Amino acid sequence: MSTSPVPRRSQRLCYVMALWSGFFVMGIELLGGRLLAPNFGSSIYVWGAIISVFMLALSLGYLAGGRWSLQSPSLGRLSLLLLVAALTALPVLPLTGEPLERLAIAIPDPRFGSLTAAALLFFVPTFFSGMVSPYCVRLLVDDDSTSGRRAGQLFFVSTFGSAAGTILTSFYLVLWFEVNSILLSLVAISVLLAAVGLLAQRTVR
Amino acid sequence: MKRASLLGALLLLLTAGLTGDLALGQSLMTQVHSERSLYREVLVYEQDGLRCMCFTRQCRIGRQSCIELRNPQRFALNYTRMMLAGTLFTQDDPRRILIIGLGGGSIPTALRTLLPKAQVEVVEIDPAVTKVAKRFFSFNDDAPTHVTEVDGRVFVKRAAREGRQYDVILLDAFDHEYIPEHLLTQEFLQEVKSLLAPRGVIVANTFSSSKLYDHESTTYASVFGTFYNLKRENRVIVARLGGLPPYAEIAQRAAQFETALKSFGADVPSMLKMFATEVDWDTKARVLTDQYSPANLLNH
Repeated sequence: MSTSPVPRRSQRLCYVMALWSGFFVMGIELLGGRLLAPNFGSSIYVWGAIISVFMLALSLGYLAGGRWSLQSPSLGRLSLLLLVAALTALPVLPLTGEPLERLAIAIPDPRFGSLTAAALLFFVPTFFSGMVSPYCVRLLVDDDSTSGRRAGQLFFVSTFGSAAGTILTSFYLVLWFEVNSILLSLVAISVLLAAVGLLAQRTVR
Repeated sequence: MKRASLLGALLLLLTAGLTGDLALGQSLMTQVHSERSLYREVLVYEQDGLRCMCFTRQCRIGRQSCIELRNPQRFALNYTRMMLAGTLFTQDDPRRILIIGLGGGSIPTALRTLLPKAQVEVVEIDPAVTKVAKRFFSFNDDAPTHVTEVDGRVFVKRAAREGRQYDVILLDAFDHEYIPEHLLTQEFLQEVKSLLAPRGVIVANTFSSSKLYDHESTTYASVFGTFYNLKRENRVIVARLGGLPPYAEIAQRAAQFETALKSFGADVPSMLKMFATEVDWDTKARVLTDQYSPANLLNH
């Protein structure tokens, strides 16, 4: 008995999206350090603030993603999550100039200043990215006996994607491109993947 | 079996090499102190009458600061001489001095004697460095020296907002192991420039090798125009607002410090020889900005 709401072909796309979502989150996180540095420095507190915000946003995103998967789960809705995560990352670009400088003046404490800045910039897109993995689990599980295996495979691709996003961004991308160009490319790839997902959903129907 | 014996032979060779090195050195390096901080381990080593602050075991990657135990006033490292030459020979009697990056504090310590009337503000991110500098390198932060423990970029932005001005700004926040990339961008240098009083001077301790040399050179040139380029193991950039002081002017001021600097073991004629303006870098190297600052990746 199959309980998965999507056909085999679309399941593959779920894995790709989970992998990309992991890549996207870590790419943004590493760029975050560079975006905050001009106003908050690169002290240990700044990195502490960034990592805390990402972890908190992801954890709440997991909860929300699981919850949302209860109501008519579909590949189209998963694609929407990817799309929303990408689009909510866009305000990072205009916010990093003048607004961050004003925030740094308003909150001079290096810990709480950078914590507020990181939350303002990165909480929302990371929250939506966190929703992707548990939502994928719902689309992938065929029956109870393989549910653990599916979940394991999903954690694998998503965390592997995170590792790839971390190493590629910190070792290569920042050497080749400007921070904003990398950010825009990450967003563009997410939008593209979401479009593919939405199209696939249509053809299935 | 064959592989094992090969490995054994290699190990033997390696250990022979190591002990050979030890035998060649006059004495062993001894660890005097270790101070853990949020950022690193601040280590103090002694060897051949020299005490050094290092951020890596056995000073594997560079020394931050050194003093001679028998004559602590003497400059043990070349770059200290170069930084001081940039400070003393480019301005008449500078009164407000900002130093970003403390290390062992050799520069602020020397400035207490050489420019006793100057207010020296030091910015250091790591409280452990300040602590070790005071305890092992006779750094004194009583007035007119003052230390603020904060990220250099944050300090500069705040000082600019408060409209503070400095006659000389010394940038010394880099080590060979890790470069704070936000302190090496065009935007940061523009912020530093905004803190300079008319005819104010910037003296920056930077890198003399690797690809970073080219990028750093074009970045400084884009903000300050032509600069004196003092080169040894390190490279010290000296630039002045409103144009470089001519060499004759530098030589004239240097003469006034000849006797004073002798007690620091610094020889004025050899310091003067280092003031060069020759462009020996790739002028097409990409300028480092807040958007593009892979300084650590370029420093291979």
